[in-house]
Amino acid sequence: MDSALVIILVCSLVAVSGALLGPFLILRRMALMTDAISHSILFGIVVGFLIFRTTESLAMILAAGAVGLLTVWLTELLFKTGLVKEDASIGMVFPALFSIAVILITRLLSDIHIDVDTALVGEVIWAPFDTVDIAGLEISRALIISGVMALLNLIFVVVLYKELKLVTFDGALATSLGFSATFITYALMTLVSVTAVASFDAVGAVLLVGFMIVPAAAAYLLTDRLATMIGLALLIGVGGVISGYWVAVEIDSSISGAMVMMLGAIFGLVLVFAPQRGLLANILRRRRQKWEFAAKLLLIHVMNHEGKQGQDDETALATVSQHLNWQPPYANQIVQRAQHQGWLDILDGQLSLTERGRTVAQATLAR
Amino acid sequence: MDFGQLLHDILFDYTLRTVVLGSAILGLASGALGCFAVLRRQSLLGDALAHAALPGICLAFILSGQLKAPLVLLLGAAAAAWLGALIITVIIRSTRIKEDTAMGIVLVVFFGTGYVLLSLLQNSAGAGQAGLDKYLFGRASTMLQSDVEAMAALALLALLTVGVLFKEFKLLSFDPDYLSSLGFPARRLDILLTTLIVIAIVIGLQTVGVVLMSAMLIAPGAAARQWTNRLGNMIGVSMLIGVVAGASGALVSASAAQTPTGPAIVIILTIITLFSLAFGRERGLVWSALRHQRNRANLRRQQALIPNPSLAASPLPMERGLRGEVE
Repeated sequence: MDSALVIILVCSLVAVSGALLGPFLILRRMALMTDAISHSILFGIVVGFLIFRTTESLAMILAAGAVGLLTVWLTELLFKTGLVKEDASIGMVFPALFSIAVILITRLLSDIHIDVDTALVGEVIWAPFDTVDIAGLEISRALIISGVMALLNLIFVVVLYKELKLVTFDGALATSLGFSATFITYALMTLVSVTAVASFDAVGAVLLVGFMIVPAAAAYLLTDRLATMIGLALLIGVGGVISGYWVAVEIDSSISGAMVMMLGAIFGLVLVFAPQRGLLANILRRRRQKWEFAAKLLLIHVMNHEGKQGQDDETALATVSQHLNWQPPYANQIVQRAQHQGWLDILDGQLSLTERGRTVAQATLAR
Repeated sequence: MDFGQLLHDILFDYTLRTVVLGSAILGLASGALGCFAVLRRQSLLGDALAHAALPGICLAFILSGQLKAPLVLLLGAAAAAWLGALIITVIIRSTRIKEDTAMGIVLVVFFGTGYVLLSLLQNSAGAGQAGLDKYLFGRASTMLQSDVEAMAALALLALLTVGVLFKEFKLLSFDPDYLSSLGFPARRLDILLTTLIVIAIVIGLQTVGVVLMSAMLIAPGAAARQWTNRLGNMIGVSMLIGVVAGASGALVSASAAQTPTGPAIVIILTIITLFSLAFGRERGLVWSALRHQRNRANLRRQQALIPNPSLAASPLPMERGLRGEVE
């Protein structure tokens, strides 16, 4: 197989795993727990190696799963003493495990090749050359591993979709119905750790966090439906993989790093331009609300003085700014906008309500 | 290595003195500023910003014509971390994304970008890059006198600022609304405090590296919290713990072969923290367990003094027992 295709396929499958788990992680506010696990996983690898004396995938995956659970359990243990807050407990557990791992590596395993660097950021460039023979076909090992992992995550999400959704959005209801939020938390964290180890060769543990939370966060800004969010996260993840690969080849840099960089760029674009929740949409909405508010105030002012004494002065285009305590240019602007909306008419320098303007003013007052 | 020899080395061995001094300075700065991070539930901000500093280091290195002037690199690191903090704030303030996700995004995207830059440098500059990857995991043994001087200057600046604005930062940590109602610029003070945390991170990058920096910020503050209920004392204890862990970690790593400094410091810190959680005078688990037991004994004794068994179940003696708990 073409090696570029293998790299893109492997990373896309990692992105699929990430997009399947990511939405639940960010909705359940476990993004930083994910980051913690991605660091402490190194401890799992070292201990796994010391026990099984092999870098065989299955042993590593067992050890990683165990360490993922250990990280969550230790964090909760610390947190439950009531002496340390949750974020601080996370921030103390993973550096401790990571430190033990680094010291074990340098003291006991210096002759064996565990490159801390690579473990964290991965080196997918070798993926096409490490192949296994299946039915006479030379297939990249990383491709098989990441494929199996994506499949496992898919089965988990599909089978437990209802339960996951319930626990994510209404933990109390889930508990009262007899679903264990704790079980779901531990199951998610186990899958995160196992996925982290399985994608070691591809993107490394730390950058995997990017594949999990960045596409999910971007999708979160685009939709209110969980299923759509997962679908969008999938698209964004794969988009980041492909564009990142292209960038990495163009500038000759680290592939996994470039992919996460591109995921960040996509997130940045979504953050600014998302139709309803983007920064730009926010600014525009705030501006519209501001002048709409002023225009409605103007309509109500005009309505209040209709047919009353002093109406000529109160609703004259020239003097209305004084009565509303506005600067004249601002008042003109608002009058123009209201006129443009078909809310106001100007006759001989006098403001008067149109039918629509009256409806708007009445509706505003009725509220 | 005996104690006298160790003392002699600290005083006269250039490398050891530099490393011990550097680690102690780091402990001092991160100990003081970490207290605020812990109290304001921003513990993991340090982790995110430490990762976010990586592209800044690389860019500063490239833009400064591949000089390795420590102050320039640290400035780059600070700028990137600061930008990261800004982006986190923008995301939290203007979207529905929660802060843990916002921190995670900044952490991993900046780190990925930094790694891209690092790999570019690796490909082009070859040997020139060799000094940069030490910021990933920290390599205290490569510290020079000039590095320590830069660190000391930054730490002094940060600590002086904390000293001058102690009252404001205290209010900011415990009651930010009250602070702004008093007319203080709460948001600007918030930014300033974050900037100081960035300075502490930048000091730590070379010693313990990006990955372990969060422990340097959190652990001393969390440990000190168990010994006292006063902020001033907490900062003092935290700085002491930071210095002790920093210096002793550097010494352990120097005397035991093949023990990297950063992890050694973090493990000593973890041990001190666990000890504090158990035995901390104010809140430690052991003391509160003892207090609990004494209260139960008091309660039982008071119940025994009441002759009428029907009264023993009445709320009155219970109340007395609760009062005993306060003593």
